[in-house]
Amino acid sequence: MIVSINWLNKYVDININADELAHKITMAGIEVEEVKKVDEDTILELELTPNRGDCLGLINLAREVSAITGNELKIPQINIEENDEDISDYVKVEIADSSLCKRYSARVIKNVQIKPSPSWLQDALNNSGIRPVNNIVDITNYVMLESNQPLHAFDYDLLGSNKKILVRKAKEGEVIVTLDESERVLDEEMLVITDGDKPVALAGVMGGLHSEISDDTVNILLESANFLGTNVRKTSKKVGLRSESSIRFEKGVDVNAVIYASNRATQLIQELAGGEVVRGIADIYPEPQKCLNIKLRTEKVNDLLGTELSADEIEKHLISLSFNLEKEGTDYLVKIPTYRPDIELEVDLIEEIARLYGYENIPATLPIGGTTQGGLDDYQKFRKQATSILARSMFEVVNYSFINPAVFDSLLLSDDSELRNVVKLANPLSEEQSVMRTLLLPELLENINRNLARKNDNLSFFEIGSVFTPKGDNLPEERLKVGAVVSGYTEVNWLKHKVELDFFYLKGILERWLSEIGLSNYEFRSSQKASYHPGRTAVILVDEVEIGVIGEIHPLVLDNFDIKERVCAFELELDEVYKLITSKVMMELITKYPAVERDIAIVLKDEITASRVVNNIKENGTELLRNVTVFDLYTGDQVETGYKSLAFKLKFQALEKTLTENDVNEAVQNILMKLEKDLAAKLR
Amino acid sequence: MLVNLKKIKERVELKLTDINSMNDLNELKVKMLGRKGEITLLLRSLKDLPVEQRGKVGKLGNEVKGEVEKLISLKEQDIKNHVLNNRLINEAIDVTLPGLPIQHGAKHPLTQMAEEIKEIFMGLGFSIAEGPEIELDYYNFEALNIPRNHPARDMQDSFYISEDIVLRTHTSPVQVRTMEKLAPKLPVKIIVPGKVYRRDDDATHSPMFQQVEGLVIDEKITFANLKGTLMLFAHQVFGDDVKARYRPSYFPFTEPSAEMDISCVNCKGSGCRVCSHTGWVEILGAGMIDPRVLIYGGYDPEKVTGFAFGMGIERIAMLKYGVNDLRLFFDNDKRFLEQF
Repeated sequence: MIVSINWLNKYVDININADELAHKITMAGIEVEEVKKVDEDTILELELTPNRGDCLGLINLAREVSAITGNELKIPQINIEENDEDISDYVKVEIADSSLCKRYSARVIKNVQIKPSPSWLQDALNNSGIRPVNNIVDITNYVMLESNQPLHAFDYDLLGSNKKILVRKAKEGEVIVTLDESERVLDEEMLVITDGDKPVALAGVMGGLHSEISDDTVNILLESANFLGTNVRKTSKKVGLRSESSIRFEKGVDVNAVIYASNRATQLIQELAGGEVVRGIADIYPEPQKCLNIKLRTEKVNDLLGTELSADEIEKHLISLSFNLEKEGTDYLVKIPTYRPDIELEVDLIEEIARLYGYENIPATLPIGGTTQGGLDDYQKFRKQATSILARSMFEVVNYSFINPAVFDSLLLSDDSELRNVVKLANPLSEEQSVMRTLLLPELLENINRNLARKNDNLSFFEIGSVFTPKGDNLPEERLKVGAVVSGYTEVNWLKHKVELDFFYLKGILERWLSEIGLSNYEFRSSQKASYHPGRTAVILVDEVEIGVIGEIHPLVLDNFDIKERVCAFELELDEVYKLITSKVMMELITKYPAVERDIAIVLKDEITASRVVNNIKENGTELLRNVTVFDLYTGDQVETGYKSLAFKLKFQALEKTLTENDVNEAVQNILMKLEKDLAAKLR
Repeated sequence: MLVNLKKIKERVELKLTDINSMNDLNELKVKMLGRKGEITLLLRSLKDLPVEQRGKVGKLGNEVKGEVEKLISLKEQDIKNHVLNNRLINEAIDVTLPGLPIQHGAKHPLTQMAEEIKEIFMGLGFSIAEGPEIELDYYNFEALNIPRNHPARDMQDSFYISEDIVLRTHTSPVQVRTMEKLAPKLPVKIIVPGKVYRRDDDATHSPMFQQVEGLVIDEKITFANLKGTLMLFAHQVFGDDVKARYRPSYFPFTEPSAEMDISCVNCKGSGCRVCSHTGWVEILGAGMIDPRVLIYGGYDPEKVTGFAFGMGIERIAMLKYGVNDLRLFFDNDKRFLEQF
């Protein structure tokens, strides 16, 4: 909201400089965003809170300034000369729907002279961001800015012959051309002003073009009415039109300001456009609104604020806002004027007192009372740990929760993939952000693509975030997933320790992570998954339950994401992982007897996986076998086609004795025998 | 013989000056002191001497042997030192070459910021409460005193899934969910971190961002307690010299409501671009819980009071880390992420 200080000065003396005023009213809840000097005037740009729509009227704003500065409020006095005719001979007002129109008043002013407004009026409007039109329209706008009551002037002679104003809901498909020359198609929820037949204004939003004030206008009908804010808001949204009037009704306009504003405008019209005022106002006000009375307890004020204000001090602040009080001991019954609909409860009055007393004058103390342990619960600790471990070797990213549904095709997901079962936004910002994600991979691939495009290479990212699955009319299911992507190499360095960030690099990170968070009974099993390389992908299982996938991204998917480098990724159900964690840390005994290591290399068929071999060795190694490590894989000239050589380091150790050569030989022999029997693996 | 002995010593001394390697030294050692070494043989031949000479010569012989042994051992130490020194010299490296880069990573700055904020409040006895990101209109609005068509809904243009389901526009719905769960237990002290969504996308607004919300309910909680708690928070995050001010504001779910400004961390309050030359930057909204919200949550506003506050983690992180563009947080550029 833009406020001219010169104009405001008409209603309250401002005897401090603009910056000081701006600071004072800001600290009392009327936020001044900017102070601008314009010619002789100073303009304040206000950011009003939604509950203080009343301050869109300068008189109401002046009342605030008066309460804050202590200077007197000056409301313009009104004098109108009316003729002997009777308004009822000119217009009958009828409200067909009093829930949407609480009050409608009409005045008729005859023989006005349409011309440009005098410069003081034009300047006032210009400085408030409203374009001057002609004296009548300008006066309605001026009084609106002054009183916060939107007004509309019709050309009386263009309102048809019914001499009637009927406020009713529009008919479905009814049409009105508004002042901005747009044709508006209406529906049954919208309220219109009609001349008994056709709509002449969209209630509270904008007048009709047909009956607008033009140079040829002679007689006018002045509307001052009160429309239900929520309905004005709906209509204004539906037709895509926000006006100074609709903004005010949305925020709430004082139903008891209707007559004051009508008279004030009439007075100015008489002054600036001549004319004859027909006696009386056609005022329909089916249910006059009563003032609210709120009980205010001095004790409650101090209990809530942590202050020690006296009843006198409280009284002083309330009176400064022109509230009427009845004192009952240390309590008050406060009569709330209808221009302050934001005050509904005792706490609202306490806020009034607090802001006028000054928030800065309230002490700052810490709560006393019961202590609490606080801290993270187990699930929160787990997530913190899960993040911390991954963040040692990868950068955490944060991506939007909404994605483009087209990525499912880019990811080569089958048509019946459950990942396509998405929660859709009813009003997305764009198609690219229109569905809630069901997996983290597409945005992680976007992160790779974007970074590579900016010549950032050697990338490793992870994200922990929610994915969403529809659950009919209920709230969607939200599950946490953890996803990671890597591409490129470890950092270039002069030591030539350079490792490709490939499947096994990422698997190493994942295994380390699983181990540290305490999940041990998992299995990696070769698998084929959409989006992933068919020969370089594994699912991660715990007791045959799939908890995630790891693999190299399918080259066609990389093409779809415009990525020219190989990328490996994993994605796991984090909540599942949490549920499966069973292991508590229990120390294993450390033996004082020495360990014996043996290396074995075996030749076996290509398709036999390393994990089968390791499992076989573990099963048959007896309790002496402490550890099995794969340290070499060879295929090539030295072994037959279709075969490979795998080498293992076996570590034997006994808890209670030093192992003899014979003990170890026996154990190794047994392992080799079983490998040959079960897997047809031969010692190389 | 006496002369011989003296000469032997002189010869050894002379030879040692030419010896530089352990091999040569060992050779000399064998030649002199070995089983068939010159000195060994000489001493062995003592028995052939007349008895009266044996004592004198023997004594001298043993002296010479001792001296030779000492000379050789000194030389041995000398050579070892020399070899070691040479090795150490040869092994010198350019210590200014960079170390092996360990593959590293980092938590996202927003995660780091959220953790810092959570830890401050956990130290004050707060627990962490969480709730769904997709929320019932009831919890996101109605129970927070924002009925349908309330003008305050304009403040937070929302993403809808259906008429009744919305992407939460703030973490405040968790206030009511927590109250429902805990009522009438006291005190309630929770911090609610999480992602929130508003239908806004420009240089200073992101359609998704993160908030931390705080809630305290007990008997006799005051606005002064709110100020004290927030002041402590601001000092911990931004340092003890930061100043704060509170402006009256409006939130449908608190009354009285306030916005908290701190003295600009960039210019220390003298005015700069970050604070639009006001010296102050807004960091959060807060207030005393509206009695209607307490009732929704199952508490009696005549018996208990409470305060709530909420802040954008991005906002705090931007001020704390000097991040000049909100969008950087969701851009996930490695050059940005590496800095935290």
